[in-house]
Amino acid sequence: MSTPVVDTPRRGLTAWRPGPVALAGTVAVALVIAGEIVSPGFAGYGQLVNLMRVAAFLGVIAIGQTIVIIAGGGGVDLSVGKVATFSAIIGSRVMAGDDANIVPAVALALLVAAAIGLVNGLGVTLLRIPPFVMTLGMIGVVQGLILAYTGGQAEGRAAPALTSLVNGRVILDLPGLLFLWLLLGLLAVWLLRRTTFGWSLFAVGANRTAAELTGVRVNRTLILAYVLSATFAGLAGILLLGYTESVFLDLADQYMLPSVAAVVIGGTLLAGGIGGYAGTAVGAIVLTVLQGLLTTLDIGGAWRTVVNGVVLLVLLSLYGRQRRLRS
Amino acid sequence: MTGAAAGLVDRVRGVQLSGLATVAMLVVAVAVNSALQPNFWDSYALTSNFATFVPLVAIAVGQTIVVLSGGLDLSLGAQVTLASVVAVQVVDGSLDRFPLAVAAALGVGLACGALNGLVVALLRLQPIVATFATSFVFSGLALVVLPTPGGSVPFEITTAYRDSVLGVPVALLLIVALALVWLVLRRHRVLRHVYAVGGDADAAYASLVPVARTRVWAYVLGGLFAALSALAILANTGSGDPFVGNELTLASVAAVVIGGTALAGGRGGAGGSVLGAIVLALVTNIIFFADVPTDYRQLVNGAVIILALALAGIPALQKRRPSA
Repeated sequence: MSTPVVDTPRRGLTAWRPGPVALAGTVAVALVIAGEIVSPGFAGYGQLVNLMRVAAFLGVIAIGQTIVIIAGGGGVDLSVGKVATFSAIIGSRVMAGDDANIVPAVALALLVAAAIGLVNGLGVTLLRIPPFVMTLGMIGVVQGLILAYTGGQAEGRAAPALTSLVNGRVILDLPGLLFLWLLLGLLAVWLLRRTTFGWSLFAVGANRTAAELTGVRVNRTLILAYVLSATFAGLAGILLLGYTESVFLDLADQYMLPSVAAVVIGGTLLAGGIGGYAGTAVGAIVLTVLQGLLTTLDIGGAWRTVVNGVVLLVLLSLYGRQRRLRS
Repeated sequence: MTGAAAGLVDRVRGVQLSGLATVAMLVVAVAVNSALQPNFWDSYALTSNFATFVPLVAIAVGQTIVVLSGGLDLSLGAQVTLASVVAVQVVDGSLDRFPLAVAAALGVGLACGALNGLVVALLRLQPIVATFATSFVFSGLALVVLPTPGGSVPFEITTAYRDSVLGVPVALLLIVALALVWLVLRRHRVLRHVYAVGGDADAAYASLVPVARTRVWAYVLGGLFAALSALAILANTGSGDPFVGNELTLASVAAVVIGGTALAGGRGGAGGSVLGAIVLALVTNIIFFADVPTDYRQLVNGAVIILALALAGIPALQKRRPSA
């Protein structure tokens, strides 16, 4: 189950198949056109900016998810949604609507998130709990932490400076959030492509044994991956707090499944070792446009959940298949 | 050859050790629980305790079969939810329709299990991710079938479920029945194939074991046990709830781990998982009777589950093999 499977390139098929990023981009454009046909005004400038804004939160959460999934060995972080929620709750409580508290609030929220990621990483590496199971269990623990911390009552308020940073219009009537997403996205690409950590991550994801034998510190890389995943989730929680200004107890929970789906759409292999953040960002946009389209079509929350599951299944069968026993 | 033999001895010893550990945990849990809950051994308390154990025991047996086949079913909790809301809509408070509701629940379990099995075995998706995806399909459908908690189960069923026969709680008899079903299955060819596939799929394939078909069977059996779990929940609570199974998925995995079944597949059995499920249920009891403040209960419960999952990793920690 956890053996790193190195996908052999599928000759003949890859010859005509467009890259996953291009494919996902095409799907996004197609969805927007479909939306415009079904409901004129769907592709209006303001509406598109709005969709991008919703996509940004997912995009930031999915940075960490991309890192963890590239690390391979069934790596995934299901606790990102809950961690983002917890981070927003801590942030709002410490900020209490005062600009002077922004730095300690963000620092504390990110520190707690990183600590949760550290526990995930230790559980996955030292205790070898399968990542899916470990991070699923962590959801329960973080939910428990939230209840213990808040007593079931979310309090506090975003600082005005944070809100204007996230919601304020900068250029071309685009909210600051989109520039923050761009910045964090570039940071993610730099982290994955231009740092020792990034190289180690791809090495570990492609073949853990080979990485170990060539001197890569496998466990340290993996633990750092989970810490980063939780930290980016925490950051997304803070951004979400700036957007909504006040929090509720399940603020970011619903990002769990889409964060995994965005990574898969973006062409990062669930087996690890292959992928990148650009695809994930496009994947986040595709999913958000799809959600917008479903909302426009007046499809209720229950059916949207079903559609999300089916979309992930279809994507997995396009990209995530395992080798045949016969080969 | 000697290496392989030593490995085998090691393996057998590992299973026996964890079996002993499971029983030890059960004894400790029972001891702590009976110390905290003054009337623990009264027939009323026993009956209502066992009544809450059955759903977890049933889903744990189902999860065991899937895990033994080398997979993992993260959609089992959602299947419990879907089967229970379908059954409660079918029965609609009438005893006459109860057999129909049982059939409907089992049908749902069968269909969900078959879908999972086909996705995993034929499309060859990673079991964890595939069942994660299908879990959203199932829980979404459950919300379509029953958007808000409601529906009612005939009182004859709920009364019978909490009754006792000759002083033995019906719920305990149901747990024994589940264990017996497991023992019967265990002797069947399908389960032998499940062990073979979970142990080494390539070797099983080479030995003409129908690997794909066996995998489908494992998920179907998992779904059927999820359906039984759903019926037990309905009999226990008397009404439907479209979120009822959410917590059960992880608990089922934890029960399997506590029961000494290796998550890698091929080793273990449902007997341990039954005990593991009871241990977990007792822990929930203990948290309640230990006067843990309400706001901290979930935290303690979550931490206990993580610790239980960590137990599976401790032998790995001792051996200090290079990381997997």
